[in-house]
Amino acid sequence: MNKAVELKQGQNQLFSDPNADKAREFFRNKSRAMVNKVTTVDEAVKRLVKDGDYIAIGGFGANRIPTAVLHEIARQGKKNLAFAGHTATHDMQILVGGECIDRLDIAYVIGLEARGLSPNARRAVESGKIKLTEWTNATLSWRIKAAAMGLSFLPARNIMGTDTFKYSAAKEILCPFTGQKFAAFPALYPDFAAIHVHECDVYGNAHVFGSTVSDQDLAKASKRVVITTERIISNDEIRRQPTATFIPFWCVDAVVEVPYGSYPGNMPYEYFSDEEHIRQWLKIERDPEEFRKFFKRQILDTKNFYEYLELNGGIARMLKLRAIEHLTHNR
Amino acid sequence: MADFNAMELMICVAARNLEDGATVVVGTGAPCAAAMLSQKTHSPNLTIMFEAGGVAPILPSMPISVGDSRTFHKAILASSMPDIMETCQRGMVDYTFLGGAQIDMYGNINSTMIGTNHAKPKVRFPGSGGANDLASLCWRTMVMTPQDSKRFTDKIDFITSPGYLSGGNSRYEAGLPKGTGPYRIITNMAIMGFDDTSKRMKVLNINPGYNRTDIQDNCGFELLWADRITETEPPREDELRILREEVDPHRYIIGR
Repeated sequence: MNKAVELKQGQNQLFSDPNADKAREFFRNKSRAMVNKVTTVDEAVKRLVKDGDYIAIGGFGANRIPTAVLHEIARQGKKNLAFAGHTATHDMQILVGGECIDRLDIAYVIGLEARGLSPNARRAVESGKIKLTEWTNATLSWRIKAAAMGLSFLPARNIMGTDTFKYSAAKEILCPFTGQKFAAFPALYPDFAAIHVHECDVYGNAHVFGSTVSDQDLAKASKRVVITTERIISNDEIRRQPTATFIPFWCVDAVVEVPYGSYPGNMPYEYFSDEEHIRQWLKIERDPEEFRKFFKRQILDTKNFYEYLELNGGIARMLKLRAIEHLTHNR
Repeated sequence: MADFNAMELMICVAARNLEDGATVVVGTGAPCAAAMLSQKTHSPNLTIMFEAGGVAPILPSMPISVGDSRTFHKAILASSMPDIMETCQRGMVDYTFLGGAQIDMYGNINSTMIGTNHAKPKVRFPGSGGANDLASLCWRTMVMTPQDSKRFTDKIDFITSPGYLSGGNSRYEAGLPKGTGPYRIITNMAIMGFDDTSKRMKVLNINPGYNRTDIQDNCGFELLWADRITETEPPREDELRILREEVDPHRYIIGR
């Protein structure tokens, strides 16, 4: 490119620090010890989530989500969190229901894909009380990947020329080799991430089956990581097939065994999403007062995740969702 | 001629545009139905991809989420979101489908907000999700949408996903990959493409039961017209049978 090119930049706020040296300083002091990290949800959230943190949630909105951790963040009344809305659907409903977030990186929020929109999340975003910066699913994936690589940004070829770029915090740069214009995306190093997995050992070595979204990069990029798991397996199981290790122990700060931990979300190969329960949320959210009572009864007033499962049909319901997942419910 | 509704027509037209051996990233709903119909009619080797990582599943039913377990049921690959998006960026994905609240004459799409204040929108929608990425990086973008003069507007409130931006060469000059962009806009009334030079929306086919006046009256900007405009081939019996019996037996999509 010979003629001078005007390089644009997004005008909205960057909610996290992309500085790779600062991240290295943090990771320098992060424990690498392979020790038993099993704890409770309550304890993990108390220890690892601080008011004002930037948090990210693994999975995909209502698929393989760490619901118990999300509930506990609301139950403990964590405030002023920034959140990576990376196809955030039911996870976002919970965090907004608990009034936990005040800054939002948006790729996809307030919708629940084919199910429609969340009235409560929509009210919150339309209220002007949450600071909003626009991104996209790929962009947030690459921001997390840049951090996983220990960088301060990654270049890519999407979003230029659109209002999504204009209201982001991205910048245009020129490739030093070809002179072509790229969008530069700042690395995202979350303070905290929670990821739900199929199985892991007590040290946090984890297996995930099915689509993995951005979770491997997320585990590496985040400063503090809690893993909830359908079941704890032995370290021998991990060592028997090392190629299957999806997240290694040194990324992980806490491990909690939470069977049915993605409920009411889908857990691939285990149980399908509880569409009736999610529909109930969407319906009740239309009335703010009714929703406040519902949220209190379902989440704030339940002692833990197991009480919540009991409240919504318990093991009988879980068996039904297992049958739907395995396509045996009509047989 | 078989009896059919507008959604069935749009899905059949979209399915015909997906050739055998191509790759397509789809979302839930009508685009997924079009890809499934295409596979079951003329494109058995169409590779269907979902942005959360599912590739070439044998879909047992319509997914609810582009990341749910149906999207990699008996699949070739259960991968990751960055992997799918990087495959698009490398130029290996031929088609994608998008939708939105507003579309303008250059095929730019709004799925973010209505209003003028981004910090406090009058109406907020989910935002890009993967839409901007797919519109930026796949070779050809298609849209299936009902047509009216509010949705087809000359004053788009927010460009979430890029079409041809301000027309001409502006999309490439903005930095987006060469040779990419909107390909077909499939509505209940017509099928549109884009003028080679100006990149403005251009009517190619008129759907059965509509005329030029209907199409222009239900569009908020001036449409261009192809030199030779033919009537859209209505859904064939075999397409409708497969769509109704195999693709969407519960009429989740075609019943809308």
